[in-house]
Amino acid sequence: MQSRPKHLPLTALTLALLGILCTTAAAETNTDDRLKALEQRLNTLESENRALKDQVKQTEQKVEAAGSQMDRLASQGGATSTATSFGGYGELHLNKLNNRKAGGTNKDELDLHRFVLFMGHQFDETTRFFSELEVEHAMAKDTATGSLGVVAVEQMYLDFSVSEAMSVKAGLMVMPVGIISETHEPPTFYGVERNPVETNIIPTTWREGGFAVTARLADNISIDGMISSGLATTAAKNFAVRDGRLSGASAKAKDLAYTARLKWTGLPGIELATTLQRQSNITQSVEATAGAATLYEAHAALNHGKFGLRALHAAWNLDGSGPKAVGADKQNGWYVEPSWKFTEQWGVFVRRSTWDNRAGDVADSRYRQTDFGVNFWPHADVVVKLDYQNQQVPGGQDEYDGFNLGLGYQF
Amino acid sequence: MTGLRTLLLLMLALPAWAADQNTEIERFLTETLGKPPAAETLWFVGDLRPAVRAILEHDYPTARVPYWRNEKRTVWVLNEIGKEMPITVGIAINEGTVERVKVLLYRESRGWEVKSPAFTAQFSGARLAEGQTLDRHIDGISGATLSVRALSRLTRVALLLDRQVDKGTKP
Repeated sequence: MQSRPKHLPLTALTLALLGILCTTAAAETNTDDRLKALEQRLNTLESENRALKDQVKQTEQKVEAAGSQMDRLASQGGATSTATSFGGYGELHLNKLNNRKAGGTNKDELDLHRFVLFMGHQFDETTRFFSELEVEHAMAKDTATGSLGVVAVEQMYLDFSVSEAMSVKAGLMVMPVGIISETHEPPTFYGVERNPVETNIIPTTWREGGFAVTARLADNISIDGMISSGLATTAAKNFAVRDGRLSGASAKAKDLAYTARLKWTGLPGIELATTLQRQSNITQSVEATAGAATLYEAHAALNHGKFGLRALHAAWNLDGSGPKAVGADKQNGWYVEPSWKFTEQWGVFVRRSTWDNRAGDVADSRYRQTDFGVNFWPHADVVVKLDYQNQQVPGGQDEYDGFNLGLGYQF
Repeated sequence: MTGLRTLLLLMLALPAWAADQNTEIERFLTETLGKPPAAETLWFVGDLRPAVRAILEHDYPTARVPYWRNEKRTVWVLNEIGKEMPITVGIAINEGTVERVKVLLYRESRGWEVKSPAFTAQFSGARLAEGQTLDRHIDGISGATLSVRALSRLTRVALLLDRQVDKGTKP
């Protein structure tokens, strides 16, 4: 039989105590190490945090500098990156018109009536250039019989801002007269074709070379003065003013035209304006029987809510026995055009126009036209137009009734 | 020649060009806020950039705009091209409502009628409606269509920016 050692329990207890003591000492060593490691890590994090704060600050300073630079560039370019600007407008027309004159030819025509490009340049705060280059009827062909097409400079002028209230222009400019002469982009007016009064009495787009001043006397009153080349109509054309346009193409400048306009826009949506023009000879002294000519024009353009109204009257007085002999000593016309824009995209109008380029005699030479139709703007700068026109004309003249469809844009 | 002489005399009689943009901005701020606080900056970041683009139909030409805030009123100075040149407009908004619109600098050759207080008064009281449009119709000006549109768009942008600032200050 085997005997058990008497000291075994004591030895085991001693060993256990030694083990605990050793473990405790080792644990204390580990805690110190960990604390040191944590302290070191904390220091590292603090250091990194300081570096990151510095980097954020530097980044903010860089962003601020970049933003300032961008703002400066934008302001130098006038909120754009360039001082040269481009734009344009155009209109495509489909005319389906029956000619009521016996034996007259109907007008069934699709025509790219106008394609116009703008170009402007701002030289500095006070000096700018503006131009419009136009192609009418899609093309101009050099043929023996010629073509309907025209390539023309519609405007080309320099504009000098003398003060906030005054600017001076010199070059080829649209005359300051009427409602659609200066603002003739298709989305800005009702009807496919420009109204007949601002075509036959005010020969829109009527441009002449010269010098013009615009002064704003108050926030709602302005005056325009212009000295320019004048019209040069002929006896062969029965002194019709529209046929006197030379449009700056080697225009005769013997008899200058003097034009003044007064415009009032004192109430929101209301414009009242009147123009007076005088030139010493309507034929540029070519016709011995012709004399001076004076144009009076007045108009109102109202926009109130959905309702719009345009009304215009214009009249020419031509001196001389030549114009008087054919009744062209008085040429006049007016139109009234109420409209209703029932949404931002849809508007309807009706227009009554009457004009007479030989109103000085008793013979019936007065034209009358009623138009009504609709404009649809899929975008504020794009328009689709449909209208119906009905004419009453003097005996023996072409009388066109029918539909017009148009597409126009501006940018 | 008499007419020409009259025009030249009129030119001399009118005040000299004084359209300094900073002067006009400072005047507008003083008129609107009294002693204006320091300008703050709002960046076109996040959803704000496309929202502004949707109104203007192009990006705003700068990446940020300064504004001035006094309690619930914010004042903005913004630029937008009418036809060719930028129009600088000051717009004061109070609690999401247009308090005042003023054209500070008009550089276009036509359409200056939008400067008229009678015209800009139409914006007072306007708020943003659905689709970031104005809650009212603004009567246009014949021959100044593009300038009228520029002012309407800037007013909508100012209301949107005011809303953004207001959103940012709420907890």
